[in-house]
Amino acid sequence: MLKVVHYINQFFANIGGEEMAHVPAEIREGIVGPGLAFKQAFGDEAEIVATVVCGDSYFNENMEKAKKDIIEMVKKYNPDIFIAGPAFNAGRYGVACGTIAQAVKDELKIPVLTGMYEENPGADMFKNSIYIVSTKNSAAGMRKAVKTMAPLALKLAKEEKIGSSAEEGYMPNGKRVNFYEKDRGSKRAVKMLLNKLNGKPFTTEFPMPDFDRVPPNPPVKDITKATIALVTSGGIVPKGNPDHIESSSASKYGKYDIDGVMDLTEETFQTAHGGYDPVYANEDPDRVLPVDIMREFEKEGKIGKLYRYFYATVGNGTAVKNAKAFAEKYAKELKADGVDAVILTST
Amino acid sequence: MVKEIERVGIPVVHMCTIVPISLTVGANRIVPTIAIPHPLGDPSLSMEEEKDIRRKLLSRALKALQTEVSEQTVFED
Repeated sequence: MLKVVHYINQFFANIGGEEMAHVPAEIREGIVGPGLAFKQAFGDEAEIVATVVCGDSYFNENMEKAKKDIIEMVKKYNPDIFIAGPAFNAGRYGVACGTIAQAVKDELKIPVLTGMYEENPGADMFKNSIYIVSTKNSAAGMRKAVKTMAPLALKLAKEEKIGSSAEEGYMPNGKRVNFYEKDRGSKRAVKMLLNKLNGKPFTTEFPMPDFDRVPPNPPVKDITKATIALVTSGGIVPKGNPDHIESSSASKYGKYDIDGVMDLTEETFQTAHGGYDPVYANEDPDRVLPVDIMREFEKEGKIGKLYRYFYATVGNGTAVKNAKAFAEKYAKELKADGVDAVILTST
Repeated sequence: MVKEIERVGIPVVHMCTIVPISLTVGANRIVPTIAIPHPLGDPSLSMEEEKDIRRKLLSRALKALQTEVSEQTVFED
């Protein structure tokens, strides 16, 4: 029987949510949490011999140590394949899954597999170097994810030939494979063109790469005269969250007046973010949105002034499309108001 | 969001803890911070020590905003 080592986070191991995201890596014999679904899908072909459990914040804040420790743990079991996640749209979990799978592949030379939602930052970071199955954006997609991941994992463990991304369900990794299409090129092209002319959907055979990079702007010339704005994805809002910004998958952002506000306090501000342990940000919101020190800099003349408003949203499983739309809108306002530079903080 | 701010012509510095994400997203000026739930603070320290850390990190952010860059740059110190 093939041996599998599985990696999951503190949440899926039932240790706890964000308040437990700091727990270091540990290894447990056998199956934990979603491993059960994999066990059922594997049948008699493979067995999860051990499960690594690690807090998402711990992994991301101590990446080098976590990688080293986990590789030692995995090595002892000498598995035929290492599976991480699936992580769905959990950003830190996705980055952890990709990072550890990549490290296990490189160091231990065994096949690896992970799964996550296409907008998870871990996807763009690792999809060209390891197999990542595309999943839904929430754990409600577990069953479907396992259905795709389990057979692919078995194939990888047995070192069988892996089919195309469309056949196997992994994210396209930029590798091209020659094969024969049923119809010749001219016929396919005309068909696509007819669909396009008729306003019907068609699938290109050569998608253009998406290089969305913006070149850096020139630096601020005289910072002591500059107006600087604070923006955050860390969810800092006035106490009570007046705009009801969602704790995850935010559909909006807030614009808040801080005229005369010298310091953010527990009584006046809070975080609306549901993707990290809110205790520290609620205790002192300056830990996320540093109004206190910016005021100090303003008074000392280190900066011209702090812009009168700050903008905030919750960056927690928030669709890229939404975040882009928010920023397109408020960036125009910042520009129109003569803001010279922005400090954007993220949690 | 950093890209959209940069796109309208305003220089922006991204202060965050998981630098690889910031690089993937496409921030050009990046200042690494303390920890995910408290990027600009450290609850294990006294209030004054915390403020010192915040001053240091924000001074680094101001430095980043005054530095000419031609590619993605992480300001470690």
